[in-house]
Amino acid sequence: MTPRRKRFAIVAGIVGAVGVAAALVLNAFNSNLVFFYSPSQVAAKEAPAGRTFRLGGLVEQGSVKRDGVSVRFVVTDMARAIPVRYEGILPDLFKEGKGVVAQGQVGGDGVFVAREVLAKHDENYMPPEASAALKRAAAADSRGAQR
Amino acid sequence: MIPELGQIALLLALAAAVIQGTLPLIGAARERADWMALARPAAQAQAVLVALAFVCLTSGFVRNDFSILYVAEHSNTSLPLAYRIAGVWGGHEGSLLLWLVMLCGWMLALARFSRSIPAPVVARILAVMGLIGAGFLLFMLTTSNPFERIVPVPPNGNDLNPLLQDPGMVVHPPMLYMGYVGFSVAFSFAIAALLGGELSAQWARWMRPWTTAAWSFLTLGIMLGSLWAYYVLGWGGWWFWDPVENASFMPWLAGTALIHSLAVTEKRGAFKSWTVLLAIVAFSLSLLGTFIVRSGVLSSVHAFATDPKRGLFILAFLVIVIGGSLLLYAWRAPKVGLGARFEMVSRESMLLVNNVLFVVAMLSVLLGTLYPLLLDALGLGKISVGPPYFDTVFLPLMAPVLFLLGIGPLARWKQSELPALAKRLRWAAGVAFAAVLATALLAGRITLGAGFGVLMSAWIVASIATDLAYRLRPIGPAPVSLWTRIQTLPRPLLGMMLAHIGVAAFAFGVSMVRSYEVERDVRMQIGDTTEVAGYVFTLRGLRNVKGPNYDAVQAVVDVRLNGTPVALMHPEKRNYRVQGTALTDAAIDRNLARDLYVSLGEPVDGGAWIVRVYVKPFVDWIWGGCLLMALGGALAASDRRYRAKHPRDAAAPIDDLTATTTGTRPLEAGA
Repeated sequence: MTPRRKRFAIVAGIVGAVGVAAALVLNAFNSNLVFFYSPSQVAAKEAPAGRTFRLGGLVEQGSVKRDGVSVRFVVTDMARAIPVRYEGILPDLFKEGKGVVAQGQVGGDGVFVAREVLAKHDENYMPPEASAALKRAAAADSRGAQR
Repeated sequence: MIPELGQIALLLALAAAVIQGTLPLIGAARERADWMALARPAAQAQAVLVALAFVCLTSGFVRNDFSILYVAEHSNTSLPLAYRIAGVWGGHEGSLLLWLVMLCGWMLALARFSRSIPAPVVARILAVMGLIGAGFLLFMLTTSNPFERIVPVPPNGNDLNPLLQDPGMVVHPPMLYMGYVGFSVAFSFAIAALLGGELSAQWARWMRPWTTAAWSFLTLGIMLGSLWAYYVLGWGGWWFWDPVENASFMPWLAGTALIHSLAVTEKRGAFKSWTVLLAIVAFSLSLLGTFIVRSGVLSSVHAFATDPKRGLFILAFLVIVIGGSLLLYAWRAPKVGLGARFEMVSRESMLLVNNVLFVVAMLSVLLGTLYPLLLDALGLGKISVGPPYFDTVFLPLMAPVLFLLGIGPLARWKQSELPALAKRLRWAAGVAFAAVLATALLAGRITLGAGFGVLMSAWIVASIATDLAYRLRPIGPAPVSLWTRIQTLPRPLLGMMLAHIGVAAFAFGVSMVRSYEVERDVRMQIGDTTEVAGYVFTLRGLRNVKGPNYDAVQAVVDVRLNGTPVALMHPEKRNYRVQGTALTDAAIDRNLARDLYVSLGEPVDGGAWIVRVYVKPFVDWIWGGCLLMALGGALAASDRRYRAKHPRDAAAPIDDLTATTTGTRPLEAGA
């Protein structure tokens, strides 16, 4: 091969490899975006059925019921509340009245089946999704009151 | 008084840093030796002052001086002394100070071990590092002062986050920062090369040990972080693709590409401007990592809104450093040049593929980490990018890297023949397939992931063995002893082999854990047993334990295999008194073949607990592999010949490089 052709082949090879990689990355990226919804949005059926999403809010007081390994609790944004079912061990910072984010899907019976429950590393720290849900519900509430 | 002393030391350090960052630079441009000579003493002055400030802050922690706001927020009288000292870097302000201490350490080392480098080059490098130091000092003094006082003085402190009260967390940040900051040396070399308009093979030789050492520290730092997450978070996972982890992984990926491209620049004089760009990118990502982890932007982008000064400073600093160096690159890179040519099949071309793949991998992590932050900052909604994204992207990108790792080190520079390579590696390929077969027979079943992992790790190890056997073959009618032959192998080569064996061990560990681990969450009462992967776990008892600053429930779990006792494990659920935080302290029984992992979940009715029981085969190989990589890097960087003077090389054109180096002793570092 002439040097020129060779250089062309190398450049074409790199462009091709990067192109394939980019397609791969973007495809995986698109199908793994996890969107966040508040209990009010889920109650209003805004969350997509059959797709994993994150639900955030506060764990309702007195709602945690354990039955062996499986546990049920209710996530609320003070406007609406969604029942959640989870199998396994809850994180250390999971507490009634504290912020929580659950990742999973809504089942046929309207119960949110969580695959993962997140409560982050700091006692004072509210998961951003949870505080966003509370703020949104509070804003909707005050608009309702004005009307 | 002591905090004020620390404050003054920081102010004076800023003055020293400004002098260090300006005068030597001007001196180098105007060829004024006296101005250039200022670089070393200024760096030393800055180092002494920063160290003094660090000692002042540490003494605040040791003496429980809660009149310092930072100490009050991160310490408590009941905290053991070791954790009070570690508390110095338990928060934002102290971490910045630690970062500066590390920077000064690297500066001192550079000032000391740069006698063989020409004065203008040293002046420029130290000046760039001085400017970085000045930026950090300014940031601390204006927005994140660790010595700020609090009135009235609280009677006691707020305690250190219990998650950080762990030996792993004591050493993890310093190691990580050594790596981050170490890339500033490579960065300064790159900027100095752009300013001076030249980057010879000799430059690459100066840069290599520093970059490799920084990379080793970063590897070690990431390893410690992962190990810590494994036993402290109570989940038994070792990598979560959490933004905090990604922040340290991105500079590592760029740094890995950099040490490989530096090899090409040193040996063949090729990839010159690419090496410079990678050095800039690696350090920029280190800066980004430091800031996104420590500024609070990850828990909420609105952390910036509550303290806009801090956020604006960080953004401005990043824009100046990254934007400025990229502009300089665009302007000056053509002067540095591309370097020598090479054939389609050669070690250069394989390292080029390695570089492309590592950079694409780095960009994909960058996308997954920054995109959610960006959307949130723009108010376009909250999303997160799940671990499956990173998994699906990473495996296909790293698979060819692992495969090429078995070939690249055996390929010749400039031009290599595929048939010859294939012939040399046919045994290695055979060994790799045999290993997969053996695994399948031993485990009874095999998954695609496990099969691939074993194939690649055996392939890499067998290929290194092939290479080693060739290099150690007896030559001539009266060959020297094997030991003498081993001793003549250059350290960089041995370091590379060690690090690559580490990669193989890592890949093996990951594929084994992912394919064969068994996890079970069970409800257990005293006397209950559960069986996981042949191991019988029995809950023998529960007792209350009192720690220095926590109360805990401790379980006693007895483990048997076929009736023989294997281990007695003591997992704890702790409650830290000051902050009232619960913490799961997992009990782990380690050996090379498997980890037994027991952690307490939560108490349920009837005195029972939900207990998490894992059996994780070969999980320690993951960290062992990282350790080998770091050791390999250290071995390579420690070669004396990097520091020796090569006056002829500096002037020699690239094509003569091999000829001139053989005059001394060939520095036969591989990739």
